[in-house]
Amino acid sequence: MDTAASYNDKVVRQFSIMVVIWGIVGMLVGVLIAAQLIWPQLNFDLPFLTYSRLRPLHTNAVIFAFGGSALFATSYYVVQRTCHVRLAFDKLAAFTFWGWQVVILLAAITLPLGITQSKEYAELEWPIDLLIAVIWVAYAIVFFTTIAKRRVKHIYVANWFYGAFIITIAVLHIFNNLAIPVTLTKSYSLYTGVVDGMMQWWYGHNAVGFFLTAGFLGMMYYFVPKQAGRPVYSYRLSVVHFWSLIAIYMWAGPHHLHYTSLPDWAQTLGMVFSIILLAPSWGGMINGIMTLSGAWHKLRSDPILKFMIVALSFYGMSTFEGPMMSIKTVNALSHYTNWTIGHVHSGALGWVAMMTIGSIYSLLPRLYNRDAMYSTKLIDVHFWTSTIGVVLYAVSMWIAGVTEGLMWRAVNSDGTLTYSFVESLKAVEPYHYFRLLGGLIFFTGMIIMAYNVWKTVSDKKPVPVAVLDPA
Amino acid sequence: MPAFWHWFVAAGTIVFTIWCIWLVGWSAKQGPANVADDDLVGHKWDGDLEEWNNPAPKWWLYLYFITIAWAVGYMIAFPSFGNYEGMLGWSQEGQYEAEMQAATETYEPIYEKFAAMDFMALTQNDEAQALGRSLFASYCTTCHGSDARGAPGYPNLTDDDWQWGSAEAEIFQTIYNGRMAAMPVLTPALGGDQGIDNMVRYVRSLSGGDANAGAMSAKPMFVALCSACHGVDGKGNKIFGAPNLTDDIWLYGGSAESVRETLVKGRNGVMPAHGELFGDNRTKILAAYVYSLSQN
Repeated sequence: MDTAASYNDKVVRQFSIMVVIWGIVGMLVGVLIAAQLIWPQLNFDLPFLTYSRLRPLHTNAVIFAFGGSALFATSYYVVQRTCHVRLAFDKLAAFTFWGWQVVILLAAITLPLGITQSKEYAELEWPIDLLIAVIWVAYAIVFFTTIAKRRVKHIYVANWFYGAFIITIAVLHIFNNLAIPVTLTKSYSLYTGVVDGMMQWWYGHNAVGFFLTAGFLGMMYYFVPKQAGRPVYSYRLSVVHFWSLIAIYMWAGPHHLHYTSLPDWAQTLGMVFSIILLAPSWGGMINGIMTLSGAWHKLRSDPILKFMIVALSFYGMSTFEGPMMSIKTVNALSHYTNWTIGHVHSGALGWVAMMTIGSIYSLLPRLYNRDAMYSTKLIDVHFWTSTIGVVLYAVSMWIAGVTEGLMWRAVNSDGTLTYSFVESLKAVEPYHYFRLLGGLIFFTGMIIMAYNVWKTVSDKKPVPVAVLDPA
Repeated sequence: MPAFWHWFVAAGTIVFTIWCIWLVGWSAKQGPANVADDDLVGHKWDGDLEEWNNPAPKWWLYLYFITIAWAVGYMIAFPSFGNYEGMLGWSQEGQYEAEMQAATETYEPIYEKFAAMDFMALTQNDEAQALGRSLFASYCTTCHGSDARGAPGYPNLTDDDWQWGSAEAEIFQTIYNGRMAAMPVLTPALGGDQGIDNMVRYVRSLSGGDANAGAMSAKPMFVALCSACHGVDGKGNKIFGAPNLTDDIWLYGGSAESVRETLVKGRNGVMPAHGELFGDNRTKILAAYVYSLSQN
């Protein structure tokens, strides 16, 4: 077949397989550091295995390696299918794949060595940041050129979200990482004091908002209607919640800095816009769930749809919880406790990972010329491990967080603190076990997925898929 | 904040708020519901991807509108648009000061009634001791441990060895103004590895270690370099917080490696000042409690 007449699925296949591999790696590191919180000796007295160095490795691996590969894979797939053209610039697309893998590899080397900018989710030092910027620009060129070449007039809603995610991440990444290099492995941020804090959380919260939300909403808007075989519930709702979401997320960062040296007015704005964010976030959930409505009977036979409906439910829950936690008085209790960790993981495991897993199960058979995954039964088993794992994790961290928050503020009749810090640590220790158990169960599901994926792809030779003419 | 940035923030806030309100209105005004299966928007992608144009649920639009209305009210009441300080006059500094004042009024009398009591009497008074124990648990255990037995670099408070003195005024001073002790790096003065080894042996011999010839060869050096703080006999000096080297209590460890590290790298001991936090009454009660720890 003429190349231009077929889709570029090679790069999609590459990224899809790496989703599974980086998912396993990132979650394994997560399980290890969860275990270290119970048995600190598991760092074996080796500097590169200490919690402080592995924790950023875990977050970078799951967000940027696992989540990032999923976003690359699905956005490249979706933009071709919904624009009815082959992906622009084969070589540039290949560069984004190999470049992204090099970035991940460099992260996996430098973070355990303790080379870090000490900015959460932006730990990587300046040479790696430069490489990321170049790859991201290449990604934008590939994606938007494909959009420009489209053979349909209307741009499909999934592409709005992917597009917003790509543009915003470029801006966030570049501005938060502005720094003066001193050596190859050391730089100093351009920002100081509270400005640095504000830049960091402007970046940090929008990494959640655009990387882990807008991007994955793009994924949702393609794979949910596809898998359900139903039209998207409401075009109008997608317009309203898209334009609200991308406008409002930008303001939410200061809620990470309540009761700090950040000026009061900035704290107020961070909080009120986080509250306004509730409805735009739920717009996506409603559109997803209502698209599935009418296909409920399919849930009995299709575990992929189960992944998607549970992912949307966790999305709704996390985006309700988030605005609540941004309220100053609630934040005064929840901040610095394990509640935050629970919130993050109900979003990261419940929403991001489950939407990714569902989409990859939906995507892989099509990439490898099969009707379905090797085993639907194993997808179902994976669904239950994921669901039980994330519930155990999130619930144990909620209880632990509220316990800590209440113990830290408890005061004796003489004005002194009722509990020392160590007492609060002892009180939450049981929940550390439940967290580890939840993580282990979720991780087991990923191993099952790897087996299922291997059996699905190993004996299949992919064939080029012809570009579909617009209807 | 300069006027430009004030207006920048205010304008941005207002524009984004209006944008949200406009979106809610736009959505509410869209035509009637299209709910029948064949009544689609008319776009089609990838073979079978289509869209209905159902209206957004009413409750969702209300929710959206209510959050915006609440946000506007909150921004008027609290500091928000740049330099605008809010109608309630609230600030986090103000909240902090009000809470601190309320706490002082509630709790200070509890401590105040011991202000005139004799120090030694305080060490015997059950109520004062209970207060001291609470203060210690809140503020001291991070470094000195919940059993007050210290850790390397942090003195054990349950023995009778006092780096900075055990008189009422001395303990009070330690807590109120804090203490800083510096053991300088002595590497350049000790004459190479052999000199350091000999000094390590000599220092350890002061508390009963083997006083061999190598150790004794370092004695003149000890008198020249160390005696200014630790005294010629090595018994220390509480004015500098220089530890007594002749007992078997070691602040940074008494093994040859630890002593060597102390000589080669120096040490910096810091007890932070708590006077501003505690005030006189609490400091005195805590000092009495700390003193009593060494009397059991």
